[in-house]
Amino acid sequence: MDRCPYRSTGRLRHRHELPAHRRGETTWVGWDNYVRILDDPSFWTAWKNTFSFTVLALLLGYAVPFFVAILLNEFRHATGYLRILVYLPVMLPPTSALFLFKFYAYDPSEAGLFNAILKALHLPTSQWMQSPEMTMPAMVIASTWMNMGGAALIYLAALQNIPGELYEAAELDGAGVWRRIRHVTVPQTRLILALLAMLQIVATMQLFIEPLILANGAGAEDSATSVAYLIYQHGFFQNDLNGAAALGVIMLVVLAGFSAVYLRLTAKQD
Amino acid sequence: MAQDSGTRTLISRAQLRRGRGRAIYWALLAVVVIGFTLVFLGPLYWMVTGALKSGQEIAQTPPSLFPQDPQWQNYADAWNNLDLAKLLFNTFYYATGAVLFQLVLDTAAAYSLSKLRPIFGNVILGLMLATLMIPAMVLIVPQYVTVIDLPILHVSLLDSPFAIWLPLVANAFNIFLLKRFFDSIPEDLMAAALMDGATPLRTLWSIILPMSRPILGVVSIFAVTAVWKDFLWPKLVMPSPETRTVSVGIYAFAGGTPMNVVIAASVIAAIPTVILFLIFQRNIMSGLTTGSLKG
Repeated sequence: MDRCPYRSTGRLRHRHELPAHRRGETTWVGWDNYVRILDDPSFWTAWKNTFSFTVLALLLGYAVPFFVAILLNEFRHATGYLRILVYLPVMLPPTSALFLFKFYAYDPSEAGLFNAILKALHLPTSQWMQSPEMTMPAMVIASTWMNMGGAALIYLAALQNIPGELYEAAELDGAGVWRRIRHVTVPQTRLILALLAMLQIVATMQLFIEPLILANGAGAEDSATSVAYLIYQHGFFQNDLNGAAALGVIMLVVLAGFSAVYLRLTAKQD
Repeated sequence: MAQDSGTRTLISRAQLRRGRGRAIYWALLAVVVIGFTLVFLGPLYWMVTGALKSGQEIAQTPPSLFPQDPQWQNYADAWNNLDLAKLLFNTFYYATGAVLFQLVLDTAAAYSLSKLRPIFGNVILGLMLATLMIPAMVLIVPQYVTVIDLPILHVSLLDSPFAIWLPLVANAFNIFLLKRFFDSIPEDLMAAALMDGATPLRTLWSIILPMSRPILGVVSIFAVTAVWKDFLWPKLVMPSPETRTVSVGIYAFAGGTPMNVVIAASVIAAIPTVILFLIFQRNIMSGLTTGSLKG
């Protein structure tokens, strides 16, 4: 027991300064921990940011892999290569990928990769992570690039299970490509679409490493602070594991709503 | 899994063979192959070559496509200054241990739930699956409090590999994946082994495990990538510089290290998982779809 978890942070050096639970003492404090966490000035900002990340990631990260899968499913050549490409970013350690985005892609000067491309296309360049408005979209782009491979391959497997006769029949009835996607592809993959939507919501609500690395935590004008980052701040920088646990419980309650839908869907599948 | 050339998809094959359809098909294929290469491989190229540029070259506008004067020193600096050999060894050590622990304990759990069927086995399975509903971020604090003062034993697992290995073993997803696979092995084989006087352990070792190689491979690969990609948990439980994983180590050094050296270190950190993927891509992709579609 001589290893103190806080030693490296240099905040706490003596045993009597340890938080109560480390001394084996617990006291009933009622709702104090919840009240303290609700009073945190970043509490509502963190929830707002987390929700807007979840919604943006759902718009981009949900539709894109589905259309990528539809496209890949039509090709008869180079499919192996394309599948490897789509999944490759998933295998990178997230820190590696995010440092790449932070230093090279989101460089706010015109030497940055994205700004160089925008400039070549005669579009206005952006300050990326330095601008509170662009912080969220920038994190969504990085996160989608890193994570979409898994969803794309799962959709692809689902698409391959759609009986060909359905497309045949739809085509005989005069349905064009878009109507075939709407009336055959989407209904046939409905279950997996709903399932992955739930999984993605649960995953994106835990947004943590993107703000930590891309935005150094809070970002410009608190535009990147997420709920998970607040848990981390309270638990491991403000010596407030109790408050962090309370926030974790709040997060659990919010996610339980989504998980309930998920459970109902999987139950229907069986 | 492999594309059956006879399967009808969105667009009929006949349409693709005809003049106009064929032209559109090849044009679209070319666009997609080039586009995907740029989008998914492009950033990796930028990363590898960017780390070879000098500080001045990286700040120049417009950026150069090829490093004019490759600075191999950046990679050498990354390797030496960040002590990458040590960091990579640590990560490799944690990953290997995670694979071994998961193979032994998760296989045993799945085997008993699938074949030995203890009473309340389904209740236990249900409870295990319920843990999948709890997001990892919510568990961070209780898990940390458990690890710094292990119940009953009252030891701290900080800086000990067990802090990574033990929580990973409690992996309901892997146990469920293995159980589903074991369920598909016919009961007749179990009965035959029993007739020959084999103990349950012997049956597991000589009959079940040899038949389960593909799924064991999938579980192992997922265990390695999980350890390699994990960040927050190792950051919390491995506070000393000597025990850090490679991701945590690079993050810790990022503040006071030149940008190109950080990127060079990031490239080196990504090499093992990329190689693993290129070797085992078929197993990884099939495991991904069995886990989610049929699991």
